[in-house]
Amino acid sequence: MAVRIAPAPPSALAASATPISSELEVRIRKRFPNPEGSFNLNVHFRALAGFTIVFGASGAGKTTLLDCIAGLSDPDEGRIAVGGEDLYDSEKKRNVAAWKRRIGYVHQDLALFPHLTAAENVAYGLRALSTAERQMRSRDMLQAFRIDHLRDRRPAQISGGERQRVALARALVTEPRALLLDEPLVALDRPTKSLLVGDLRQWNQHHRVPILFVTHNGEEVFALGDEVIMLDAGRIVAQGQPHEVMHAPRLETVAHLSGFENIFDATVLALHEDRGTMTCQLIGGEVELETPLVRAEVGSRLRVGVRAGDLLLATENPRGLSARNILPGTIRRLEQRDVMVSAMVDCAGTEFEVHLTLAARDALQLSPGKDVWVVVKTHSCHLMGM
Amino acid sequence: MNWEAFWLTVRLAAIVSTLLIAIGIPIAYWLTYSRWRWKFLIEAAVALPIVLPPTVLGFYVLVALGSRSPLGRWWESLTGHTLAFTFEGLVIGSLLYSLPFAVQPFAASFGAVDRKLLGASASLGHSPVQTFRRIVLPLSKGGLVTGFALSFAHTLGEFGVVLMVGGNIPGVTRTISIDIYDQVQTANYSSANQTALVLLIISFVVLSVVYGLNRRPWVVAPWR
Repeated sequence: MAVRIAPAPPSALAASATPISSELEVRIRKRFPNPEGSFNLNVHFRALAGFTIVFGASGAGKTTLLDCIAGLSDPDEGRIAVGGEDLYDSEKKRNVAAWKRRIGYVHQDLALFPHLTAAENVAYGLRALSTAERQMRSRDMLQAFRIDHLRDRRPAQISGGERQRVALARALVTEPRALLLDEPLVALDRPTKSLLVGDLRQWNQHHRVPILFVTHNGEEVFALGDEVIMLDAGRIVAQGQPHEVMHAPRLETVAHLSGFENIFDATVLALHEDRGTMTCQLIGGEVELETPLVRAEVGSRLRVGVRAGDLLLATENPRGLSARNILPGTIRRLEQRDVMVSAMVDCAGTEFEVHLTLAARDALQLSPGKDVWVVVKTHSCHLMGM
Repeated sequence: MNWEAFWLTVRLAAIVSTLLIAIGIPIAYWLTYSRWRWKFLIEAAVALPIVLPPTVLGFYVLVALGSRSPLGRWWESLTGHTLAFTFEGLVIGSLLYSLPFAVQPFAASFGAVDRKLLGASASLGHSPVQTFRRIVLPLSKGGLVTGFALSFAHTLGEFGVVLMVGGNIPGVTRTISIDIYDQVQTANYSSANQTALVLLIISFVVLSVVYGLNRRPWVVAPWR
């Protein structure tokens, strides 16, 4: 099958007799060292075709997990299977060597071969093919990732974003059965990030393999995730859709890690290019928020994340404020956490979490049932793709 | 100036340092990647010729090559003469004598290759041997050049091992350093001076090349 980010020819699709069962199953235990001592990585999950985000703070065991799946590190016990084939099974004493696993792995620092050009790096994994075929495939891949003009340059001679593309192209061109990406977007600026994410999405539409995408960045979770696995100290503490996992109020770690206590799905109502803002309506309520302008069309859906600490509460309708969003609401609950108060405020069907100091609560005499105004600065609204 | 001894020595050094590339690379590979718990013993054994008096090394090699050892007897049955006091015997003694000067730079440069590159190569379907050939060796060029040059220079100047193993047979085992010794013994100082100067200059040039190449990594490895 030709490696293109264009649809594969139908004949090539029909020719593949093997059933499409590209599920990745992982059930492993492994002790691993960590700056704070040593942890037990103890996970059990299945990843279907598409993006599965592995989310957690550094030291949670994310890279150890990927190393075990790639075969670069051995678990203490358990089973790893892809597409029904055992790669590792401690009971059957089976352990397929890394180089026979056909699992693509893009390391956090990319690990491009410094003595090879971009084109040679991309062609590296195609050693079983004829020279002509190898050149054709790697050229297609370089074009698909818009790095064909860099083909004769070495990694040291190209920019960080370009290196990232070369590393991705190098892993994808081999048509791996599963793809492991260890923070591949870290250290990229936002436009470069979203371009790369688009390329990855497009590639995966035609390949449908499980992609484990490791990150500790909450925004990336929303930009990519079909499914999120949240890892903390070697254990899965939550798993599900990004919205469920990241918004799950029970999980202190979730809110803490993502940094956004308030996460809403929204529809773009209007663009105000002259002001650099746009109006978004939050789904499931009537609240409209003025947010920073991003490249989006009217009617498109996106997510808005707001930190609870960025919100203001007022007991009277405030005037003369620079903030563009002033939403009337009612306090539903107040919870004290250490020296901080978390107020849940219902604004026309949408619940906001607002963090206050104890002093503010007392000075404003806040209590459940009290009418308040929630103040949201435009630039406190963080937009994420869906 | 004894040109016969000079060319014999250059030939010996060239053969020994070339053979040491072939012998030293597998040894250095094993020393770099083996996880055997007693590996340090092998490391120590490889380094022995650095500290051992050449006469001690030469003595053992002489015994090992002699007609009373299995190796010596095997060689004798094959060729009809013993290895001791031959050019071949000299090559074997020199291989041992210069081994650490090849293996240590090789192993150091293999070990300096980022392990993540090896992992990336494995994930791209390359076996450890293929990875070694396509990633580790090209990235270790500097170490290979250093090891080759050091073992060449070291063999050029050897004296004790040669004298013990090879004796002093003109055209067969008389090397340049033994020639100098002979000339001094016969009070022929001007000739000794000439030969010694040649050896000094060659050694200096070889070492200058090594250090010059390694001074800036990108001279040897422009991609770094």
